[in-house]
Amino acid sequence: MAEFTLPKNSVLTEGKTFKAPAGTTNIRRFEVYRWDPDSGENPRVDNYELDMDSCGPMVLDAILKIKNEIDSTLTFRRSCREGVCGSCAMTVNGKNTLACTKAIDYYPDTIKIFPLPHMSVIKDLVPDMTHFYAQYASIKPWIETQTPAPADTERLQSKDDREKLDGLYECVMCACCSTSCPSYWWNSERYLGPAVLLQAYRWLVDSRDENTGARLDELEDPFKLYRCHTIMNCTDTCPKGLNPAKAIAETKKLLVQRKLG
Amino acid sequence: MEYRSPLANVKGLGSAKTGTSHWWMQRVTAVALIPLSYWLIIFLHLSLNAPFEETLTWLEAPLNTVCIIAWILAVFYHAAMGLQVVIEDYVAAEGKKIIAVWTVNLSFLMLALAALIAVFRTLLIG
Repeated sequence: MAEFTLPKNSVLTEGKTFKAPAGTTNIRRFEVYRWDPDSGENPRVDNYELDMDSCGPMVLDAILKIKNEIDSTLTFRRSCREGVCGSCAMTVNGKNTLACTKAIDYYPDTIKIFPLPHMSVIKDLVPDMTHFYAQYASIKPWIETQTPAPADTERLQSKDDREKLDGLYECVMCACCSTSCPSYWWNSERYLGPAVLLQAYRWLVDSRDENTGARLDELEDPFKLYRCHTIMNCTDTCPKGLNPAKAIAETKKLLVQRKLG
Repeated sequence: MEYRSPLANVKGLGSAKTGTSHWWMQRVTAVALIPLSYWLIIFLHLSLNAPFEETLTWLEAPLNTVCIIAWILAVFYHAAMGLQVVIEDYVAAEGKKIIAVWTVNLSFLMLALAALIAVFRTLLIG
């Protein structure tokens, strides 16, 4: 259901400020969303002043510096620090991105870091991804075939067919796109969202898969698929430069083709 | 405590296996309305400036009669489908949603009928 105001217990309050040590010359200010489920308090925004002369270049470096040197209670997900695991997806200055592949210098002034929008927060910058992953599982993201695999080779694919997977297989399921989508905000119980629909399309166009029709059957639904109104926030925000909106449009075209073709 | 698995929640009642026609007809009516809207501008220009009899004679030409009827069908069908999508987007409560969608569809059906009857009466009775 569309919600246009925050519930009372989600309203932000002013948090603590951690000043940079005296004598620091190269200071950047970071405003970070904090919420501790055990405290019973509303979420707050803490301010950290960091010495950039002793900080790595990426937003994730700044967050790690805060955790290591200033406030060890700051909670977030991270793993690969090179944009292939999708763990450190968060909202930086109002746009969803991976903290590890976004340079601090990309932003002009104060950097505001929030958890992914419209997700339940577990703690600080950690959103609850349970539903998102269940949606991913629901599209059966694996090859489905009747024909047994060849005895002594892998299932072959032409170069042209392999190229159809470019721009799809790179998706790391960070959820930046889905959580930037207003349709997903209002109807995520039923709408699959851009990330999962891009993954669904990845299996629709895989020439080795033999279950295209059943996959289309599963997607053909006013809510699962057709909540996409081509808003394009997904494509705009994708930290990997992919185009989920196009994948969804191609899926719709397949459904029309099946109906009219 | 939630006992259903997350996957059971996501799968819910399964796919409705509809939606493509609705989406497609919204596009078809939208494309049809591009030339029809240009035609409407000409019609409105005439009806607001020329005498009634002249407008009537113009409208009696087969092409113009077809155009006004096509415009009425396309515009009300398009509006009803579009508003239904808006309601589905923003109204989650099942009861309210069904009532709202019914109201929209029936209202536009009535408006389209009223418009068609007005055209036939004007053209046949004058």
